[in-house]
Amino acid sequence: MKGLSLFLGCLVPNRYPGIELATKLCLAKLDIDCTDLAGASCCPAPGVFRSFDRTTWLTLASRNIELSEKMERDMLTICNGCFSTLADANHSIKEDDFAKKEVNEHLKKIGKEVKGNIDVRHIIEFLYEEYGPEKIASYVERQLDIRVAVHYGCHLIKPTKDRGLGNFERPTFFDELVTALGATSIEYPDKMACCGAGGGVRASMKEKSLEMTEAKLSRIKEAEVDCIVNSCPFCHMQLGEGQSEIKEQMEIEYDIPVLHYTQLLGLALGFTAEMLGIDTNIEKNRKFMDLLDAEIES
Amino acid sequence: MTDMKKFGTGILDELKNASIDASKCMQCGVCSASCPSGRHTTLNIRKLVRIAGKTNDILSNEELWMCTTCYNCQERCPRNINIVDILLDIRAISVHQGFIHPEHRVVCEMLLEYGHAVPINEKNRKERVNLGLEELPETVHKYEDGLEEVKTLLASCGFGKLIKHTESRVTEDKT
Repeated sequence: MKGLSLFLGCLVPNRYPGIELATKLCLAKLDIDCTDLAGASCCPAPGVFRSFDRTTWLTLASRNIELSEKMERDMLTICNGCFSTLADANHSIKEDDFAKKEVNEHLKKIGKEVKGNIDVRHIIEFLYEEYGPEKIASYVERQLDIRVAVHYGCHLIKPTKDRGLGNFERPTFFDELVTALGATSIEYPDKMACCGAGGGVRASMKEKSLEMTEAKLSRIKEAEVDCIVNSCPFCHMQLGEGQSEIKEQMEIEYDIPVLHYTQLLGLALGFTAEMLGIDTNIEKNRKFMDLLDAEIES
Repeated sequence: MTDMKKFGTGILDELKNASIDASKCMQCGVCSASCPSGRHTTLNIRKLVRIAGKTNDILSNEELWMCTTCYNCQERCPRNINIVDILLDIRAISVHQGFIHPEHRVVCEMLLEYGHAVPINEKNRKERVNLGLEELPETVHKYEDGLEEVKTLLASCGFGKLIKHTESRVTEDKT
């Protein structure tokens, strides 16, 4: 297996730097060989840019992939959107000679050539496939005795024909990584439903996108969980900031902490909330951390 | 104005090519029943599949942009039609004809200028420093030569021109 390069994307470094730090802390603690991917750009985002111009989308994605090829490392993503773009683009480069040739015509202008000789990984499937829940559990320093609503998000597993991670209706791999930390993954209706943000809908039809989010949050609230855990900063934004936007728009109040998996993993590996960028100035997060501390003391 | 005058004959051929797969559709409705957006918006994905490749009117259909690309419809389609892939192709033809939401154009302008759809802001520069990270991430934000490469590629693909073209189209339509 090759070492990894960390592809940051846009939302993680520019809106949720805590997730970037949590990822780096966890990777180091798990002894995973992963280095920064210097000079990468937007993946570019699948919902919008692929919708506008496929050649532009594929060419920019290929530049990012080429940076990792130069390092002879597989690419690690921590966002379902980046995974969607980079895995799909990588697949096109490997399987479609015509597309590869067209892209390389453009890349030639900056002295680059994409080869199609690395793989694109998402941290959730990487940890599951290469480490597995049992090995992850062996690293846990702090058992998290909490109730978790796992949100897979769409593009981690779909389209299934390209992802190859099994059926999308009732997957378990993400839940297994959560239960490995001592937590309980709670089943809830519409667990596999979209957060509502994708495809450019959050950008252009925010009210409608929040209605989808509200429907999902209402199911999660009924399940009486301590937090939501996701694998994508865009879902993270929609389910997290979305709660304040829903309060404003619909006067419905949700108070559910939202964590990226690397932040939950980081807590289990012994890092503090502050180190993982979990904002404890927010009341719901403070309550969540108090709950965790109480569980450990008891 | 007829479709032909509005878009020329080539566009319908493009739409037909993008939608070949849709002709397998038997209008069972599993797609619409699986659509999370359809519960909250007017998106009727079954109808879009029915008219895909048959009319130019689809180009200005708002429903194209209500899809979150969750892929439920595509996954569950008993005829294995790649519904979302078709929809994305039709969106692209629509954008090339000048139809784009102003909010989406802003996202494009961000990419053209910064190489990021969501660039850094003051708040998060500070937040990064507070966390002990470097003020700018290891991306094109920090590497100017990388940003120049991205801009060269965007120009090579004609992306800037495309987005400028959509601007003129929107203005045209308003008058």
